[in-house]
Amino acid sequence: MSQANGKQQAGKPVIDIRKITKVYQMGEMKLTVLRGISLQIYKGEFLSIMGPSGSGKSTLMNILGALDQPTSGEYYLDGVDVSKMSDNELARIRNKKIGFVFQNFNLLKRTEALRQVELPLLYGGVRNRTARARQALEAVGLGHRLDHLPSELSGGQQQRVAIARAIVTQPAVILADEPTGNLDSRSGTEVMQIFQRLNREKNITTVFVTHDPWIARHTNRVIMLRDGKIVADQRVKQPLNAGEAERPSEAEELQGIFEATYFGGSKEEYN
Amino acid sequence: MGFAEIFRVALESLLINRLRSILTTLGIVIGVGAVIGLVSLGRAVEAFIANEFAALGANVLEIRSAAPRSPTRDRVEPLTTLEAARLANPTIAPSVVQTATSYTLFGQVVAESERTTTTLNGVSANYAAVRNWQPLLGEFISEEHVRETARVAVLGLDVVETLFGSRDYNPLGVTVRINERSFTVIGVMSQRGGTFISEDNVIFVPISTAQTRLSSARTRDGGYRVSTIYAQVADETLIQTATQEISAFLSEAHGVVFENEQDFRITSSSDLLGIVNQVSSVLTIFLTMIASISLLVGGIGIMNIMLVSVTERTREIGLRKALGAQRGDILTQFLIESTLLSLLGGVFGILLAWIAGLIGTALIAELTITLSLDAVILATTVSTLVGVFFGYYPASRAANMRPIDALRFE
Ligand SMILES: Nc1ncnc2c1ncn2[C@@H]1O[C@H](COP(=O)(O)OP(=O)(O)OP(=O)(O)O)[C@@H](O)[C@H]1O
Ligand SMILES: [Mg+2]
Repeated sequence: MSQANGKQQAGKPVIDIRKITKVYQMGEMKLTVLRGISLQIYKGEFLSIMGPSGSGKSTLMNILGALDQPTSGEYYLDGVDVSKMSDNELARIRNKKIGFVFQNFNLLKRTEALRQVELPLLYGGVRNRTARARQALEAVGLGHRLDHLPSELSGGQQQRVAIARAIVTQPAVILADEPTGNLDSRSGTEVMQIFQRLNREKNITTVFVTHDPWIARHTNRVIMLRDGKIVADQRVKQPLNAGEAERPSEAEELQGIFEATYFGGSKEEYN
Repeated sequence: MGFAEIFRVALESLLINRLRSILTTLGIVIGVGAVIGLVSLGRAVEAFIANEFAALGANVLEIRSAAPRSPTRDRVEPLTTLEAARLANPTIAPSVVQTATSYTLFGQVVAESERTTTTLNGVSANYAAVRNWQPLLGEFISEEHVRETARVAVLGLDVVETLFGSRDYNPLGVTVRINERSFTVIGVMSQRGGTFISEDNVIFVPISTAQTRLSSARTRDGGYRVSTIYAQVADETLIQTATQEISAFLSEAHGVVFENEQDFRITSSSDLLGIVNQVSSVLTIFLTMIASISLLVGGIGIMNIMLVSVTERTREIGLRKALGAQRGDILTQFLIESTLLSLLGGVFGILLAWIAGLIGTALIAELTITLSLDAVILATTVSTLVGVFFGYYPASRAANMRPIDALRFE
C-alpha cells in the first residue's frame, strides 16, 4: 500500500490533485463527500478507481474532468491549475485536455457517428475535422460505420463511437465512469480491448471507475475509495489482456462455499 | 466556435425535429400573413376608392339646397341659374373655373311598348365636361339645345336596357315619349357604374327643357330653379378657398347672417374620400392590433416550444458543455434556433399573404392586391425580433445550465 508511481514515471504528472475536498450543502446540512484526496497520475497510466456505492467515485471523476470545482484543495491538470478557473476556461480545458466516456454513452440522437465524433473538434475550432473524426473511428474499429445513427448501432458499438469522440482531440487523459456498466460481458470485453490497445499503442492516460474487480484486473493501478478517502493505491502485478483470459464462471467463483447440494451443481451443468 | 458552425448546429437541430419546427412556426405564419395580407388589402381598397373618386372629379364642388341648421330660420331660397352664372364670374368667385347646373325631376318614359320611371336630369351643356362623363354613342346636350329648349334626350345605359332590352342596342334617332312629350334620342352615356349607387338609370335633357316644358321652375329673380350647381375648381388645393367664396356669395344672395342659417350645402368628393380614408385607417389600426396579438401569441408559442426543447435536451446541453461548448456557444445556438423558426414563419406568412393576394385579385375584379415592399421588410424584421426576444429566455436557461447537473438529468 504505497505510492505506485515508480521510477519509470519521470517528469510531471498529468493529473495532480492535492488535499481535495468536496462538500455539498443540503439545506441546513453539510454533506462531506471527499475528505482530502491527493493523487498523482502519470502519462500512460491505466488506472481504475473502485469503491462502494456512495464513496465519492463519480464526484472525484467530475472534479478530475473539470465538470465540477472542489470545495478546497488544488488541481493541476497537465501542469495548469484548474481549481480556480471560470466556467468558460473550464470548458476550454475540457475540450483540449479531457476525453469523457460515460456509462450511458451520451450520444446525440439522430446524429451520424462521424458527426458525433466531430463535435469536440467543432467546439475546439479545429480544422479538417472530418478527416480526424474518421481516423478516430477507424482507431476504434468503426471505419465502416461512419454514417450510422446511434439507433443503428449495438451498445458496444455506441460506446466505441463515444471512445472515438473522447480520443479525437488527443486529450491528456481519458476519464471513463463505469464505461462497461451498461454492456453485456462480450461487448464489455470488446470495449476493454479498445481501451487497452489505445493505452498501450498510443500511450493514452486512462482513468476508469468500476465496480467490477474483473475489469479492474485489466488495468495497471487500482485506487480504493471509501467514505471520500483513498484507502488503497496499488499496482497490478500482471494486468490481464482483455479477451485472452476467460472470466471465471459463476460456478468457479462460488467454488467450495456450499454446505449441501439438493440437486445439480456439477461443473458440466454450469458451462 | 465560429458563427457559421453554430448556425449549422442550430439548423441541424431544427431539421431533426422537422414536424415540430413547422408546427411551431404556425403562429408566426398566421400573424405575419394576417399583417401583410390585411395591410395589402387595405391599400388595394384605398387605391380603388381613390380611383373611383378621381373619376367623379376631385376638384368639383356640389352645391345643393338644404334646410338651415339653426331654428331661427326655416326659409330655403332656391338655387338658380342666375346664381350659377354669377359663380362662374371670376370677380365673384375667382377660384371657380366654370359651373354646370342640373335640374332633376322624375318622369315616365315610353318607347314602343316598354315604359319605365326614371330620373330626368335637365343639365347645362358643360355638365359632361365638369362631371367627366362622356357619351358612348352620339352626342351630349349642346349649348344650342339648351338655348332652343330642344326636345332631345341622352339615355343612361340602364334606361337603354329597360326600354330596348339590351345595353348594346343603338337607339340613336328613336323617338321616346317623356311625360307625354316626344323627344329624339341623340346619345347614350358611357357606363358610369358607381359602386355605391348606379348613376346609369338616368335620362339627360337640356336644362331649359326640363325647367320649362317638363315643369315650371321660374324664380322670383327672373332665373330658373336648379337642383345642383357643380362648380369646377381650378385645382384640388383651391377647394377650401372656392368653398369660402361660394359660401360668401350665396349667403349674401340668400340673406344669411349666421353660418348655421345657411340654406345650402357645399360638398366635394374629396370630403367623402377623407371620410373613407379615415374609416380605412381606423380599420387598418384595428387589424394591425389583432395581427400584433397573433404575433405575440406566435412568439409565446416559440418560447414555449423552446423551453420544452431546452428541458428535453438537457442532457444534450450537458454533453455539449462537457465536450467544450462555452456559455456563448449554447446561447447562440438556441437563439439561432428560435430566430430561424420565427423567420421561417415570417417567410411562410409572406408567401401566404402573397397567395391570398393573388386569389383575391383573381376573385375581385376591381381590386389589385400587391405586397408592398415595406410590409415585407417590416414583417421580416418583426418576426426576427420576435424570435430573438422570445428565444432569449429559453436560450439563456440552456446556456446557464451546469454541465454536471445537466448530464445527470433524467
Ligand atoms: N449534487 C449533489 N448534491 C448532494 N449530494 C450529492 C451530489 N452528488 C453526489 N452527492 C452525494 O455524494 C455521495 C457520493 O456520490 P457519488 O456519485 O460520487 O458516489 P459513487 O461512488 O459514484 O457511487 P456509485 O457507485 O453508486 O456511482 C453520495 O452520497 C451522493 O448522494
Ligand atoms: Mg458513480
